[in-house]
Amino acid sequence: MNALSFLLSLAYLGLAFLAPSPVSHLFGLAALGVTAFLRLSPTWRTLNLALLTLAFTVGLMRSGNTLGLIGLVGILVALTTLPRIPTGIRVLLALAILLLSVPMAGFANTFIFELGIQIGIYAAMALGLNVVVGMAGLLDLGYAAFFAVGAYTWAIFGSEQAKNFMQGNFPLPGEYMYLFMGIAIVTTALTGLVIGLPALRLRGDYLAIVTLGLGEVVRILANNLDHPINFTNGPQGITPVQRPPIDWFRQLMATLGVHLDRTTDYQLFFYFLVLLMIGLVVLVNVNLANSRFGRAWVAIREDEVAARSMGIPLLPTKLLAFMTGAAFSGVMGVIFAAQRTFVSPESFTLLASITILGMVILGGMGSIPGAILGAAALTILNLDVLKTFSEFVRTSLPQIPNQVDPAKYERLVFGLILVLMMIFRPEGLIPEKRHKAEMAAFPEGKQGGEA
Amino acid sequence: MLEQILALLPQVIFDGLILGFVYAMVALGYTMVYGVLELINFAHSEIFMIGAVVGVEVFRYLAPQVESGFLLLLLALILGGAVAGITAILVERFAYRPLRKRGTTNRLVPLITAIGVSFILQDLVRLIEGLWHNEFFLRMRTVEDLEGSVELFGGAIFAQTKSFILMGVSILMLLGLTYLVNRTKLGVAIRAVAQDLHTASLMGIDPDRIISRTFLIGGSLGGVAGVLFALQYTTITPYVGFLPGIKAFTAAVLGGIGNIPGAMLGGLVLGQLENFFGTYLPILTNGNFGTEYKDVVAFLILILILLLRPQGLLGQVVKEKV
Repeated sequence: MNALSFLLSLAYLGLAFLAPSPVSHLFGLAALGVTAFLRLSPTWRTLNLALLTLAFTVGLMRSGNTLGLIGLVGILVALTTLPRIPTGIRVLLALAILLLSVPMAGFANTFIFELGIQIGIYAAMALGLNVVVGMAGLLDLGYAAFFAVGAYTWAIFGSEQAKNFMQGNFPLPGEYMYLFMGIAIVTTALTGLVIGLPALRLRGDYLAIVTLGLGEVVRILANNLDHPINFTNGPQGITPVQRPPIDWFRQLMATLGVHLDRTTDYQLFFYFLVLLMIGLVVLVNVNLANSRFGRAWVAIREDEVAARSMGIPLLPTKLLAFMTGAAFSGVMGVIFAAQRTFVSPESFTLLASITILGMVILGGMGSIPGAILGAAALTILNLDVLKTFSEFVRTSLPQIPNQVDPAKYERLVFGLILVLMMIFRPEGLIPEKRHKAEMAAFPEGKQGGEA
Repeated sequence: MLEQILALLPQVIFDGLILGFVYAMVALGYTMVYGVLELINFAHSEIFMIGAVVGVEVFRYLAPQVESGFLLLLLALILGGAVAGITAILVERFAYRPLRKRGTTNRLVPLITAIGVSFILQDLVRLIEGLWHNEFFLRMRTVEDLEGSVELFGGAIFAQTKSFILMGVSILMLLGLTYLVNRTKLGVAIRAVAQDLHTASLMGIDPDRIISRTFLIGGSLGGVAGVLFALQYTTITPYVGFLPGIKAFTAAVLGGIGNIPGAMLGGLVLGQLENFFGTYLPILTNGNFGTEYKDVVAFLILILILLLRPQGLLGQVVKEKV
């Protein structure tokens, strides 16, 4: 078995090098499945993972096919979840994938960078929502509102938009983006306070519908605050938004021997920036989870009345969770605005909120690797798989009416993910320990929903 | 300005009444399901949308065959109500019941499922319409019989035949539902299950059947409301249910969730408020804040009620069970 799996991995390495094609990548994914799910000795398994990392990297560089990226994400998941792999090797391989494989693949196909950046932004937001939904058990259906507030915070001042209502030299130079990442933490946390103060007094299911409504309110405001004073430029959105100057980054890369051209320099920069942010967010998340607040959140999630009688102040504790989640989303909003240089209300619909919720649910409520996996899976699905499928339908099945374009059916896909996960695996793909116990079936006769 | 406001007032009240009846009928679906399962059935707004789409399709296909507009509407109402009701039963059967049987204590699970179902239904309808007509922006066909109009109070109110039909049908449905819930065996069973599902099952009531019936009744009311909505406002898309759905839920909360007369009252009040702000906000602010903000008003009302009087206008205070 061990030798067989090793041969599979080796075969894929050869295929990736000699004949990189979608079929060979699928073969690679199968080899990864064998490595992850069969009973292998830890040494062989580790060896296999290292080999597959190399193989997927080679495959990506030679073909630029995004299936290879799915493989790399799969390896990352395997590294975080499989038992008995030496910690040093886990860290080394993960760093190699994030810092070397993905950028090298990005130079072969810049779409990989775009995917990586989007996955990163959504992963950080999913981690933020994870604090709210996963840890504290507060269902927030308007999470994209905070993303919007963060994005507009920088978009307004990082473009000529601010000239409409105040004196000053706008757009602010791109360096200010870093400052605005801090400012966005404050503005979004304050927005969280304003929304949360009334909403968090309510029982759980009312909270869901109120946040749903307030998310919609923020979008309506973004859409309509172009008059009487033009704050948001309405449905047209704001463009161009300044990006930070990255001469230092170019020089740094040049000394490392990497020569960047005009399209890849910013992509690589934002990719690393997003990675750094995820690192920070994970650090904060882990520390919070083990802190006094983290335990208080879990206590509230499990039983509000019991938590209160143990002396946990309900409203402030919930507010803190809400504001923390909001702040994560706000920072990523600033990066989102700068990376795209364009912000419009369309990016902050209910669909966006539900997408992020879907990421948390898919990975597992409360689970940090789960949130990241969920973000990767749904982003790849949304930006790549559905689009490829659309292309296939358009070219190979012309008899299907052109309104039936799979890329436009994200709602169906996300809805199915939510419902199927809730019915068959409510604890998520990478469950957090406590949630797993909670979601487990209760003996017959005990009814849910009203307990 | 005051003169302008007063001149518009009768029409504003009349239009608000139409909107209010639509909200009232949809709100009943929310309130009944909430009463029985303590679940905000987000998918109910899509049940309403399905009714509207069925209405459009009936008019599209049967208008050339059926002479009388009233008969056509009757057919649309029956079909719309039936399809919507059956969809509601299917949703309960395949999405909510498995959760109930497993019996998780986590309150988020059914809510998230409901959101998911709502999204699935939106795109399923879009898919069906896409395959059928290659478009999903639907327009209700106008039928002459129903488009007649009168001017009341010396021209102060412009009223269409279809608006009167909408109100008439709504009142009949609301009265019928009140009778059903208060005077029939099924109604007693529904109230029993709403009060205590377990004890009801000990008294020889099959809760699953009653829950299914509740979804059927709420769903068909929503479907009928959808057909009337399509008749009145004519433009229908698969996403048209979302806003009326949230507002109908607001109406249900306004009246006191779980309370049937409350849902009707809440719908009517909300219809008036929304139409009032929608019309007068641009006038009062010189066009600085347009009609778009009427949705904001509806949400603010929701938050205010939940904070100030969470039991609603007609509801009773319920202590949280420990």
